[in-house]
Amino acid sequence: MQLKKIKGQMSLAAGVLLQVSSPSSQAQGSEWDVDSAVLLYSEGDGRVSAFEPAIYAGRDLQYGDRIDLRLVIDALTGATPNGAYATSQAQTFTTPSGNGSYTTKAGDTPQDDTFHDTRVAIGADWTMELDRLSKLTLGANLSTEYDYTSLGISGTYARDFNNRNTTLTAGLALNNDLIKPVGGLPAELMPMVTQDSPLNRDGDSDTKVITDFLVGITQVVDRKTIIQINFSLGLTDGYQNDPYKILSVVDTNGDLASTGIFNTGTTGNLPYVYEKRPDSRQRNSLYFKTVHHFEEDVINFSYRYYWDDWDITSHTLDLKYRYQLAESYLQPHIRYYMQSAAEFHTHNLLLGTDVDTAGNVLLDYASNDYRLAESETLTLGLKYGIPMGENSELSMRAEMIRQTVTDDSNVPAAEATPDLDAVVLQVNYSFVW
Amino acid sequence: MGVQPWERDLLAKKSMKLNPDYLDNFFDEHIYFSKEATSGGQGVGGGGCGCN
Repeated sequence: MQLKKIKGQMSLAAGVLLQVSSPSSQAQGSEWDVDSAVLLYSEGDGRVSAFEPAIYAGRDLQYGDRIDLRLVIDALTGATPNGAYATSQAQTFTTPSGNGSYTTKAGDTPQDDTFHDTRVAIGADWTMELDRLSKLTLGANLSTEYDYTSLGISGTYARDFNNRNTTLTAGLALNNDLIKPVGGLPAELMPMVTQDSPLNRDGDSDTKVITDFLVGITQVVDRKTIIQINFSLGLTDGYQNDPYKILSVVDTNGDLASTGIFNTGTTGNLPYVYEKRPDSRQRNSLYFKTVHHFEEDVINFSYRYYWDDWDITSHTLDLKYRYQLAESYLQPHIRYYMQSAAEFHTHNLLLGTDVDTAGNVLLDYASNDYRLAESETLTLGLKYGIPMGENSELSMRAEMIRQTVTDDSNVPAAEATPDLDAVVLQVNYSFVW
Repeated sequence: MGVQPWERDLLAKKSMKLNPDYLDNFFDEHIYFSKEATSGGQGVGGGGCGCN
């Protein structure tokens, strides 16, 4: 019995020592954990490119409290599909400001190439130790770009049970977003007009409120395995259109509408209307994650099932395998994602069926945003990390992303949404300061 | 199910955190938020953007 007790005490001491000397970047005392990174994101076919430096810093405070800060700058440029599709003729569109235009060649998917923006996002979390077993984390976030501002607060309560092997978590977040599109808010389901014509606009700006709830449980299974299960409920109320997305209006021959209200020469209306989405959305997800240690290597796997009242469901599988080398490590990554289409996603609007002769759209909602289409995304990546001293690490990762719209079966091949190919390159340097 | 305090040697490693690569995860959440119709699940907060 005595021997067992001594053995237990020695194991405890060893465990504490191992924790202290582990390569974790947990700061000791008043030191800052700093993680800095630069990300380059580039889509093929002249689409979006992003340059994104970011820094995160966190430090332990007195009485078990902790503060975490982050700053991200996001410089975006490039072209993005505008919702119209390729036709056998060149197509001309008016820029969001209304005082410019761009032309897409016959056979090409129309893309708005006036897209460029710089986003700055800052955030802070303050974690308070309420007692020996419970913590409260309060967070605040601000993200601002030319046409969008997001302000949010959050609170997460976590309590340990069962000898600290079980943690129950409950979280609440509120976001208030301001959307102020270039040129004003497009009037929903109204035609885009020719350059310098009076724009179909419905005010300058609008807002949306996003509320997210989360409950979760984290369980230590054994010495090598930990699992987490979360349920999330999200409610979004307010403006949810993409103000820069349109839909093509076609006649019964499948050609772009050119008569009546869409006779551009006499009305100034182009055969495209601005999209409209519901102004409320309820989102739900179940999220499962497990991390398992193989004494040297580590596997990190997650699965998320998502459903909402726009009729979108999605499955996301994510697997990272950290293969430990002598000092450094290699980490292959695979992610697979598939989603169903929103109930109001449509390829185009048919004159006489979806749109009457006076130009009134007879549908409640409509969008041809490819992001609301049935689609799948495959990501393959590799990360390499190497220690640069006792408490610092340099890592690099490269990822390839391919996104495919999969519900184009009833769409002529020439009008189908092209695959999106993107490359991600990232360099991280983390250290204790 | 569960471990004793002295059995947490492996669990204490950074690689055993549920989210060991903070900025990688932050970037990924942003990328997929801007390209896919669904997001979230890992936690609450973190801020929004006009990408979607």
